Amino acid sequence: MIVSVASGKGGTGKTLVATSLALSLDNNAEKVELLDCDVEEPNAHIFLDLKLTKSWNVCVPVPEINELKCTHCGRCADVCAFNALAVLEKKVLVFPELCHGCGACSYLCPETAIVERDREIGVVEGGASGNMLFFQGKLTIGEMMAPPIIKATKKHIDKDRMVFIDVPPGTSCPVVEAISGSDFCLLVTEPTPFGLNDLALAMGVVRELQIPCGVVLNRSGTENSAVEDYCRQEDIPVLLKIPLDMEIARAYSRGIPLVRGIPSWREPFRQLFRDIRQRISDN
Amino acid sequence: MKELVVLSGKGGTGKTSIVASFAALARDKILADCDVDAADLYLLLRPDEEEKHEFWSGQVASIDRERCTQCGLCWQVCRFGAINEYSVDAIACEGCGFCYQVCPVEAITMEASLAGYWFMASTKYGYLSHARLRAAQENSGKLVALVRENARALAQKEGLGLIISDGPPGTGCPVISSLSGVDLALLVTEPTLSGIHDLMRIVGVCRRFGVPALVCVNKCDINEENTREIEKYCIEEEIKVAAKIPFDNVVTEALVARMPVVEYRDGQVAHEINNLWRFVLGELK
Repeated sequence: MIVSVASGKGGTGKTLVATSLALSLDNNAEKVELLDCDVEEPNAHIFLDLKLTKSWNVCVPVPEINELKCTHCGRCADVCAFNALAVLEKKVLVFPELCHGCGACSYLCPETAIVERDREIGVVEGGASGNMLFFQGKLTIGEMMAPPIIKATKKHIDKDRMVFIDVPPGTSCPVVEAISGSDFCLLVTEPTPFGLNDLALAMGVVRELQIPCGVVLNRSGTENSAVEDYCRQEDIPVLLKIPLDMEIARAYSRGIPLVRGIPSWREPFRQLFRDIRQRISDN
Repeated sequence: MKELVVLSGKGGTGKTSIVASFAALARDKILADCDVDAADLYLLLRPDEEEKHEFWSGQVASIDRERCTQCGLCWQVCRFGAINEYSVDAIACEGCGFCYQVCPVEAITMEASLAGYWFMASTKYGYLSHARLRAAQENSGKLVALVRENARALAQKEGLGLIISDGPPGTGCPVISSLSGVDLALLVTEPTLSGIHDLMRIVGVCRRFGVPALVCVNKCDINEENTREIEKYCIEEEIKVAAKIPFDNVVTEALVARMPVVEYRDGQVAHEINNLWRFVLGELK
């Protein structure tokens, strides 16, 4: 079973919810796995008492031109959809950070003058904490492409475990890569106009991928009920509310997961999990 | 013309609230919302009217079943798992066109996709260039580049000397697109371990692209020990801490009222943001 924790807006509490959900089950018989797929800013490890003991490099294949064979015919630049190659009169320029690694240029070069070599763009790191397996992807500073790192992180999914995925913010390709294949998606939001706007955008992605979903309303307690009205209208269940509370904010600031810092939160998170499991089996 | 971008690495640290207040304080400027996944600045600036344009970008493969001889070559060459049973999964398709190039019977075409919309709005604070990527689309970096281009073009035409951009969270493609070539990056962080971790990463991105950076610690009293850690780190990195803004629910109240906090209520938060703006202006000169 795979549950992803997403939100359109950043900073609504995805990592707080993902880590607390995973840790609330940790003492149980349930075998748990947590994946941090927010590879531009992986933060879940800060809240977990573990050592990252394993590491795998993530590479994308990029073209390398054999100038001895190259006739500068321009075919590679013609077929490249990402402008990663420019053919000059006597030289071919390669822009590796634009390359998506599709392989068209090397396959279609009439002179077999292109070979592909691996270029590292990030790492996947792994470790364990008690019953829980943990993996995180990390995009190298200055690199653009998050999706290949997310894909490499998700290769470590163990289907026999209860898998939670911490998803990056937004609504574009990294989010799609992270949540696709989930059995359920939790959307974390806050009761502000930003929270509402970005929840509606995130719903667009979840609907496009046809994944059942529910909402966690974080920092609730202000008078603004627009988010709850929206959820009622759209028939999205609000599965948990976490109040705006300085004690919660302080625990978070020190890297203490909510269910450890304030143990009375363990039961609401276990109930959240039971609700999700029920909804998946009803679906 | 000068360009300022407000970034944070971590989401939800207060970028948009600060940019909206800058909108109220700055003169002769254009605003740009470079978070095209989840653009929120317009909610605070409340445009009077705006132009809407389509953003066509990227290609998606499509297979003509009549022509297809089911040879399977497209499936073999596709590295993105986008071809199943001789049809294309539009969400998985990267738009590289490899299948289109190799199909022996020309059964595959590449079609442009409507990736989103861009807007030029006029608000009581001046023009706002913003955009919206459609759900589950790619090419957010290109749309960010377009939002900046539109802002620059109009600034030039109207003789405005400053572009203030609200940046996206993260460190990847849309962030790099919003950062490259700007004059100054203001990094808004918060004194949480996550905030510090992400600040260090975004400082790395600024260094990598040669953009000078300033730091603003938002909600600085949530954890004063962490705030001191941030200040220590900034001294080591020779980055100025331009402001420390205390936590106050007035920021959320202003947001719910859909107003820049400096216009919503006078107080310590408004005072600190005023000082921050003067500091930023000084650095831009």
